Amino acid sequence: MNKKSFGSRLVAAPYIVWSAIFIIVPLILMIYFAFTDTDGGFTFANISEIGKYKTAFLISIVYAAAATVITLILAYPMAYFMTKLKISSQRMLMLIVMIPMWMNFLIRTYSWITILSNTGLINSFLGKLGIGPLKLMYNPGAVILGMVYDFIPYMILPIYSVMSKLDKSLLEAAEDLGSNAFTKFRRVIFPLTRPGIISGITMVFVPSVSTFYISQKLGGNKTMLIGDAIEYLFNLGPDYYNVASAISLLLMCIILVCLFIMNRFSDEDDGGVIV
Amino acid sequence: MKALARIYIALIIFFLYAPVAVMIVFSFNSSSSVWVFEGFSLDWYTGLVSDTLMLNALEHTLIIAVMSAVISTVLGTAAAVGITAIRNKFSKKAIMSVTQIPMMNADIVTGISLMLLFIFIGKIIGLKESLGFFTVLIAHITFNLPYVILSVLPKLRQTNSNLREAALDLGCNPVQAFFKVIMPSISTGIITGFIMAFTLSLDDFVISYFTCGHYQTLPIIIYSMTKKSVKPDAYALSTIIFVAVFVLLILYNMIQTKNEKRKMPVRQV
Repeated sequence: MNKKSFGSRLVAAPYIVWSAIFIIVPLILMIYFAFTDTDGGFTFANISEIGKYKTAFLISIVYAAAATVITLILAYPMAYFMTKLKISSQRMLMLIVMIPMWMNFLIRTYSWITILSNTGLINSFLGKLGIGPLKLMYNPGAVILGMVYDFIPYMILPIYSVMSKLDKSLLEAAEDLGSNAFTKFRRVIFPLTRPGIISGITMVFVPSVSTFYISQKLGGNKTMLIGDAIEYLFNLGPDYYNVASAISLLLMCIILVCLFIMNRFSDEDDGGVIV
Repeated sequence: MKALARIYIALIIFFLYAPVAVMIVFSFNSSSSVWVFEGFSLDWYTGLVSDTLMLNALEHTLIIAVMSAVISTVLGTAAAVGITAIRNKFSKKAIMSVTQIPMMNADIVTGISLMLLFIFIGKIIGLKESLGFFTVLIAHITFNLPYVILSVLPKLRQTNSNLREAALDLGCNPVQAFFKVIMPSISTGIITGFIMAFTLSLDDFVISYFTCGHYQTLPIIIYSMTKKSVKPDAYALSTIIFVAVFVLLILYNMIQTKNEKRKMPVRQV
């Protein structure tokens, strides 16, 4: 290598140092905390302590999976229909989908209380018709709704971005070769949009499985997700950092496994890149 | 089919914006109820202006957003240039994998691991309060960097590497070559990265929550507001943020459309 390119490589040095200190070291520290007691001695106690939070893990994964499936079902047709519009309308719609994404998710979740609560908009409307009040909040459905609502743009956008680049001539070819609408979808559209779907699934599943606000607001105190457990333990103080780190470590491993599986799916046809 | 498509799109938009509309309407409520609209008033907005806690938080948010966006844009652009120049496939792959970590990992894990680091360092150097301005700033720069790098890298890849060689042959030093030749062709990537970093920082709650200590930003204030009883003041504040974001995005979109008229770049998500 000549001297010039050495100089070019050198400008990455500050970033490499930065990422080592603020990405790698914190994760190592978290692993260290997970395997030590408050005095710094090696222990497996925190790992076995995780057993107490088995239901939290289970509920989180089930809720997040349900939310991911629902967002996919809602978002896929949306992305598909968007590509059928004029380019200028598509651009406008993309912006419309993106704007809530840039709004604070705390408030977006919080507004649902006004809509769903016992004295909220839906129930006061039903009350005028003589029905209700229905218990719309503080149940699993409300938590999943919150997740779907907060993260649906992350599903629509990647699917749309892949779908809008779809080569139209392939669809025509499929039609010419006698495919009906269903075969065309199964053999052409779906495989080609798979990278977008996979990217969307990870972008919805990861924040859903680790959320700690949605469940507190819409699920009441009954449902404790992993995120809630971690936040609760960290707020108890330094004595609980070790257990909380162990739970965070397991959460990270779950996410890593999901990413790995998702990557495998997209690697089959070389096009897929997550994010 | 056309009608069906339109109805479906309208329903999804309704779903996306119903809570936003509710929030905006009730921010103008004259009573403190968020269920019954009793009359129009601007009380909640004027109340915000005299709320020093809120104004402080707004100031903190803006300082952190601007500083973290500027620093991560500079560091990230330099990193992207450096990464492009790396020939060794293995080290390139290793750096890119590390870069992906903050994007892929759950925010709560990123936040907690950083908090552990800050508290750990604080203990070593004997600080009483390890969390504060610098820790939020560092945290924000850390989660902004990958977005900057990943929006600059593709632009660098599209740039013809002979341009730089030509500039060097014609007597530029490497720094001049960068600012005169490379920089103009990757500027859209840098701007996109900066705007993403700025908005991400403005909006971040989870990572700030674990790293800010007493240096509270707006999302942290909103969080403590929503912990207490539900009042329209939080709605008023969010309406302001909503309008600000709306204007920012429209502006950004206009810039992009203008750029795209010049040439059609590939959209990066």
